[in-house]
Amino acid sequence: MAGQNRVRARVLIRPKAGILDPQGEAVQRALPALGFEGVANVHVGRLVELDVEDPSQLEPMCEKLLANPLVEDYEIVLREGAQDADAGGTRQGLGIRYRDIQ
Amino acid sequence: MKFGVVRFPGSCDEVDALRAARRVGDAELLWHGERDLKGADAIIVPGGFSYGDYLRAGAIARFSPVMESVIAFARDGGLVLGICNGFQVLCEAKLLPGALLPNANLRFTFRQVDLDVVRGDTAFTCACGSDGGLSAHPPHSILSIPAKHSWGRYYADEQQLAALEQNGQVVLRYALGENFNGSLNDIAGVRNERGNVFGLMPHPEHAVDELTGSTDGLCIFASMRLAVEGARV
Repeated sequence: MAGQNRVRARVLIRPKAGILDPQGEAVQRALPALGFEGVANVHVGRLVELDVEDPSQLEPMCEKLLANPLVEDYEIVLREGAQDADAGGTRQGLGIRYRDIQ
Repeated sequence: MKFGVVRFPGSCDEVDALRAARRVGDAELLWHGERDLKGADAIIVPGGFSYGDYLRAGAIARFSPVMESVIAFARDGGLVLGICNGFQVLCEAKLLPGALLPNANLRFTFRQVDLDVVRGDTAFTCACGSDGGLSAHPPHSILSIPAKHSWGRYYADEQQLAALEQNGQVVLRYALGENFNGSLNDIAGVRNERGNVFGLMPHPEHAVDELTGSTDGLCIFASMRLAVEGARV
């Protein structure tokens, strides 16, 4: 029945590598001032959490609305035991990785 | 000549755009939830914070009913001007290449900027000659108009950027020392390849009256009128 078999998903969206990320840089500069040394590659993105009946729709959702593929990479994280053939796998070339939530 | 000015929930510059357009022609507001463009000859997608800028600036507005019509209008060759948030909406709608990212200075910045008119022969700048008339089209005139935004850093990937430059799609650049937001190649305004869709981050609609210090923005609207009326002849 509709709504009974939803899977919890998290979509992690971050600036693409190589694109200036002034937010990440500002955070990276702030940490040593607080005594946290040895921090590198800080990037600030956003998290979209959602329950979906059909996890295969997550990728088109990301491409169309949740992320802007020109400037952002996204990572789809599915809850453990999700009925998705790609869960735990990697899709090369699209900048998308699926993995189980710990 | 009639302009249609889109109003989204969260728009805030649509009334100034309406008033600016009315200095050169008729203009009417278009509500985001309606598909009717009310017979407009040209469309302005104005500045503001459409749909609260939720998710990304312009990301939600781009799917509104009025934008379906605006996209079809643009595909038919109609003139579409996107200002600030409107520029972001047009990029999200893929009517223009590229994207707008957070300002390099991470601040909402409001300042008067000088813009180089790289091309004075477009449908959006053909009245921007130094004398404001039709006859003179100097390749480099300067417009002084205000910019106010937090997400104005123009970005396009290497390939897109090369194509933009090669096709002459860069219409406005920030003058030397004016690129406060970190836009690639100092790009302040770009048009599509066909030349009928144009977006810019600064606000020509706020520079149409001496009261606010500059009337340089008026030529953008005057240009659109010239282009529409020229096309009718």
